[in-house]
Amino acid sequence: MSAITRNEVEYVAKLARLNLTEEEAVKYTEQLNSILEFAGKLNELDTADVPPTSHVLNVYNVMRDDIVVPSLSHEDALRNAPDEEDGQFKVPAVIE
Amino acid sequence: MSLFEKRLQDIHTELEKGELTVSDLVNASFERIAQTEDKVKAFISLDEENARARAKQLDEQQSRGEEQGLLFGLPAGIKDNIVTKNVITTCASKLLANYKPVHNATAMDRLHASEAVMIGKLNMDEFAMGGSTENSSFHNTYNPWNLAYVPGGSSGGSAASVAAGQVYFSLGSDTGGSIRQPAAYCGVVGLKPTYGLVSRYGLVAFASSLDQIGPITKNVEDSAYVLQAIATHDPVDSTSADVEIPDYISALTGDIKGLRVGVPKEMMGEGIDPEVREKINAALKVLESLGATVEEVTLPHTEYAVPTYYILAPSEASSNLARYDGVRYGVRADSAENLIDMYHETRSQGLGPEVKRRIMLGTYALSSGYYDAYYRKAQQVRTLIKRDFDQVFAKYDVIIGPTAPTTAFKIGEKVNDPLTMYLEDICTIPVNLAGIPAISVPCGFASNGMPIGMQIAGKSFDEATVLRVAHAFEQNTEHHKARPEL
Repeated sequence: MSAITRNEVEYVAKLARLNLTEEEAVKYTEQLNSILEFAGKLNELDTADVPPTSHVLNVYNVMRDDIVVPSLSHEDALRNAPDEEDGQFKVPAVIE
Repeated sequence: MSLFEKRLQDIHTELEKGELTVSDLVNASFERIAQTEDKVKAFISLDEENARARAKQLDEQQSRGEEQGLLFGLPAGIKDNIVTKNVITTCASKLLANYKPVHNATAMDRLHASEAVMIGKLNMDEFAMGGSTENSSFHNTYNPWNLAYVPGGSSGGSAASVAAGQVYFSLGSDTGGSIRQPAAYCGVVGLKPTYGLVSRYGLVAFASSLDQIGPITKNVEDSAYVLQAIATHDPVDSTSADVEIPDYISALTGDIKGLRVGVPKEMMGEGIDPEVREKINAALKVLESLGATVEEVTLPHTEYAVPTYYILAPSEASSNLARYDGVRYGVRADSAENLIDMYHETRSQGLGPEVKRRIMLGTYALSSGYYDAYYRKAQQVRTLIKRDFDQVFAKYDVIIGPTAPTTAFKIGEKVNDPLTMYLEDICTIPVNLAGIPAISVPCGFASNGMPIGMQIAGKSFDEATVLRVAHAFEQNTEHHKARPEL
């Protein structure tokens, strides 16, 4: 597997909504390379005919009857919000 | 003898006879915390007012002669990633330092119904990512056996508080070994149930296909009691298994004659400290003397478990932790001028280095062009690891080996070398990938005085056999009776 570059680390950080300092970018490039190189060990195995396991139990849809029941109240939903106004989550400007 | 040396049944007998009250138990817990917490630092927060009020309520209930719950009056500590209504739940992250849940985790409701008393919330690695509790945003926790050593992680606070006698039992969570490894390092009993046996509703998600809540206790009998109390099918958790819950307590018969034990050669070879191996071999001799047959087996894909885990778990984490953006809950960075900056600054200021590393690793593994090479490949290898266990369990009842390759390491020793730290979970991670149950029980001490844990893994939903073997071993040895001096 190919090594991850400093540019890729910065791109991944952007996707993950993280700012990196210069020092962090260098450190994470080195550490992610080392971990991904370790993960490269998986290529020793031929898995062409092996189905993936995403869940250890038998997966099935969990459905309930379509009955209206109480849910989280408006007040509870907003109780931990860093900022709110008129019963809504308030955030900084989306469009400048 | 301290209250916390007593067996659960003895405590309940004394409560029934009126020789003891729940308030006595809760007082004893807070007194012990006052004596030891400066050294151990197991807690993030205490819930003293509610605990004392609950104790009083249970004492009144007792005086009315009402029927007692399974864990009546027992002081419990809860890992701080299990949500507790109106009590701050931080996940040891600065980002959630002010988060006060509006509901309980199902496991907390079950504890409440069984009448245990929550004393406080326990320290952990941030969002349960780490193997030493050095990744908490608040403070380190110290191993009660030697304060220069880590308690393990990520449930380090949960293990240390039980080892230090601060609480009667605790709840932890286990994604790659986070209950069993700290239990081994702290000389207590830690059980990771089968995936799906205990509801994950209200357990703050790290890697959803692996996370499980489980008990940390001083002995196996207590572990069976706590599991009995919390195991349930939960209709609000889509990953909860709808299975019949057996009687774990009556499964502790002490009889393991004819039981077949497989010992994977991959967990007893290179990389395992010779002192750890020696104690496991001695423990296996005890089981043989009780009538079990012990044979070497192979789990040929064991060496691929850690790299598989460190693709899958961070991938799931990167998705789960996307919710921490400062909009609906948690601490918001206040310097941002627009929404995107707010996301970036909130996450950058609020999350610690291990969490950021795993989020980026997972984001990379799931990104376009790398998904098949990393994530899908790891899921396929997970299948091979699970098949290894299925093959061994076709012939054997349990699989036994060390819980961790070494005893606890010194604080600061591995914190800057993530890969070395990750390898500490080499014996526990395969169990999570297969979704099976496993327990860690104390099986001796190394020459430096640090505890060693033995891992007993069983078939899916066969906790009864795992507990029976662990209990039989415990009843024929003295290791679990040792206590650290603090």
